[in-house]
Amino acid sequence: MELLLVLGIPFVGGIALGLWGHRESAPELNSAMSLATFLAASALTARIIADGPVLLWDDLFFVDSFNVFLVALTAFVAFTTSLFSRPYMRIELALGKLTPNRLRLYHSMFQMFTFTMLLVLLTNNVGILWVAMEAATLTTVLLVSLYRTPASLEAAWKYFILCGVGLAQALFGTILLYFAAEKVLGGGGNALLWTHLYEVKGQLEPTVLALAFVFLLVGYGTKVGLAPLHNWLPDAHAEGPTPVSAVLSGLLLNVALYAVVRTKVLVEGALGTHFAGNLMMGFGLLSVVLAAFLLSRQTDAKRLFAYSSVEHMGLVTFAFGIGGAVATFAGLLHMTVHSLTKSAIFFTVGHAAQKSGTQEMAGIRGLIESNPTIGWGLMLGSLAILGMPPFGVFASEFMILTVTMHEQPWATPFLLAALGVAFAAIFGKVQPMVFGTATARRLPHRPMLLPVFVHLAIVLLLGLYIPPYLADWYRQAAALIG
Amino acid sequence: MNLPLHAQLINLFAALLLLLAFAMLTQRRIRSLINLFALQGFVLVLSTAVVAYSTDQLHLYVSAGVTLGLKVLLLPWIMHHLIRALNVRWDVETTIDIPSTMLIGIVLVIFAFNLAAPISQFAGTITKSTLGIATACILLAFLMMITRRKAVSQVIGFLAMENGLFFAATSATYGMPMVVELGIALDVLVGTLIFGVFFFHIRETFESLDIHHLEKLKER
Repeated sequence: MELLLVLGIPFVGGIALGLWGHRESAPELNSAMSLATFLAASALTARIIADGPVLLWDDLFFVDSFNVFLVALTAFVAFTTSLFSRPYMRIELALGKLTPNRLRLYHSMFQMFTFTMLLVLLTNNVGILWVAMEAATLTTVLLVSLYRTPASLEAAWKYFILCGVGLAQALFGTILLYFAAEKVLGGGGNALLWTHLYEVKGQLEPTVLALAFVFLLVGYGTKVGLAPLHNWLPDAHAEGPTPVSAVLSGLLLNVALYAVVRTKVLVEGALGTHFAGNLMMGFGLLSVVLAAFLLSRQTDAKRLFAYSSVEHMGLVTFAFGIGGAVATFAGLLHMTVHSLTKSAIFFTVGHAAQKSGTQEMAGIRGLIESNPTIGWGLMLGSLAILGMPPFGVFASEFMILTVTMHEQPWATPFLLAALGVAFAAIFGKVQPMVFGTATARRLPHRPMLLPVFVHLAIVLLLGLYIPPYLADWYRQAAALIG
Repeated sequence: MNLPLHAQLINLFAALLLLLAFAMLTQRRIRSLINLFALQGFVLVLSTAVVAYSTDQLHLYVSAGVTLGLKVLLLPWIMHHLIRALNVRWDVETTIDIPSTMLIGIVLVIFAFNLAAPISQFAGTITKSTLGIATACILLAFLMMITRRKAVSQVIGFLAMENGLFFAATSATYGMPMVVELGIALDVLVGTLIFGVFFFHIRETFESLDIHHLEKLKER
C-alpha cells in the first residue's frame, strides 16, 4: 500500500501538474505532492525497519534496508527542493528567464523525475531498472534545457547523447546478465529479478558476468559521473535551473550508483574474486583526483560544485569498491551527507546567482553583507562539503581514509592530496564570494532558505551523533552489500 | 556445411544487417540515411520472425511486430516528417572521410567478433554465431554517432545502436522478457519525440542543425 503511494503520487502528480497548467498555485501543488510522497516513503521506511525486507506484487518490487534508505533520502530531498523552488522559479519567471508554459513543463517533469528515480530504486527487475533510468534521463533532458539558451541546449544535447550512449552500454550489460541468468533460472521475467539472481549468484557463468559488469559499470558509471565519463555533468549542472542541479547532484547520481552497487554484489558473488571492486576503486580514485585538480580552474559557481560532486561520487565509489563492513558503512553515510550538503549548497548558490545576476564567481561578492542568510548558508555548506569537523562529511571521509590506510595503503596519498587540493580550490573561491564588497540587487520574492539549514543541521547531527536506530539501519544495509 | 534453411536465412539476414550498418556509416545524405535505417529495421523484423518460427517462441512474434510498427513504420515516418518540417531533406554531410571511417569500421568488426567469441560459446541458441555481428552493429552505430556533425544523423546513429542491441538480445537469448522489451520500445519512442522537439529548439537558436554550434562549453 505504501509502495503504491510512493510510486503513484509522483506519477499522478506529474500528469496532474501537466494538466493543471500554470496557475498561481502550481508551485504549492508541486510541494504538496512531494510532501505526500515523502510521507508515504517514511511510512514505507517505518514498515521495513519493523518487518524486514519485503517482496511485493508478484515479486515485481523488492524493498530492503539498502534501497529503502535511498528511497527515504530521495523523497526527502525532492520535497525540500520543491520548497526551495517555489520562490526561486517565481523569481526566474519575474526576471523573464522563463515563460509560464515552461514552468508547467518544469513542475510536471520534476514529479516525473522523482517517479522514475523511485522506480529505479524499488523495482526488483534489472530490465525495468534500465527502462526507468532511461526515462529519468529523458525527463532531466527536458529540465536541463528549460531556459532554451544556446548554452543550456548544448548542455542538454551533450547530456542526452553521452548518457544515451552510456545507457546503451548498460543495456548490453543487462542483456549479457540475462543471458547468463537464463541458463540457471530459465527464460521469462524471473531471470532478471534481483532476488532470484542473488539466490543463484554462485552458479552464474563467471566470464559472461565479468563482461556484463564492465558494460554495466561503464553505462551506469556515465550517469554517476565517474571520470573519464563525467563530461556531461558540469554542463548539465551549470546550465539547468538550480533546483534541477540540486536534484541531479543530490539524487540522480546516488540512484545511478545504487544500480552499480547492486550489480557489484551479484558479480562478486559469481566471480569469487575482487574484480568488480578493483574496477570500482580504479574509476573512483581517478574521478577523485581528476575532479580535484579541475576544481581550481572553474570560474562558474555551479560548475565548481558540479566538479565537487564528481569528486565525492568518486570517493563513494572507491569506498564501495574496497568493500567490507566499515567501508560500505562509510560509503552509505557519505552518500547521505553528500546529497544533503550538496543540495543545500546549490540552493544558496542559486539564490546568490539570482541576486548578483550572474553565475560567474567573479561577479558574486559580499553575500554576508547583502544577505547574511545566504552568505552563512554558503560558507557553512562549503565547510561541510570540504570535510571540516564537526560535520558528517568529516566522519564519513575519516572512516573512508582509515579503511583505505588499512586495506589499500597505496591509495591513501592520492586521496589525501586530492582532498587537500579540493579544499584549497573551493575555500579560496568561496571566501571572496561570501565576504568582500557586496554587488547584489533586490529580488522580487523572498528566497526560501529553510531547507538549507535543515539539511546542514542534519549533516551536523550526523557528524556529532548518529542515532542508534540509524546506525543499525546503515549496518544492515552495509551487511547486505558487504 | 549443411545448415538447415532457417539457420541459413538467419545468417543471411545477419550479414545484411552488417552490410547495412556499413552503408549507414558512409551515407552522406540524410534522406537516404533514414531509408537505410528503415531497411535495417525491416531486416531485423525478418530475422526475428525467422527465429520465432524456428524456435516456436511466441513472444518473439510480438517483439517482431512491435519492431515493425515502431522502427520500420513509425520512427522513419516521424523522421521524414521532421526533416521536411525543418527543411533539411537534401542536407549532405560533407565532413566525413569515407575511406578512413571504413577502415576504422573494419577494425571495430574484428574487435567485436573477438569480444563476442567467448560469450557465444556458452550460448545454446541457434543464433549464437550472429552475436558477433550484433556487437559489430552496435560499435559501428557508435562510430557513426562520433563521426557525424548533424544532429539528425547523430540521432539515427543512436537508433541504429538500439537496433544492434535488439539484435544482440535476440541472438544471445531469444529476446528480453516481454515487459522489459515493451519498456525499451516506449523509451525509444519517447526519446525520439523529445529529440524531434529538440531539433526545432536547436534550429531556432542556432539557425542550423550542425553540432559544431554545440561545442562551446569546454574546460578553459
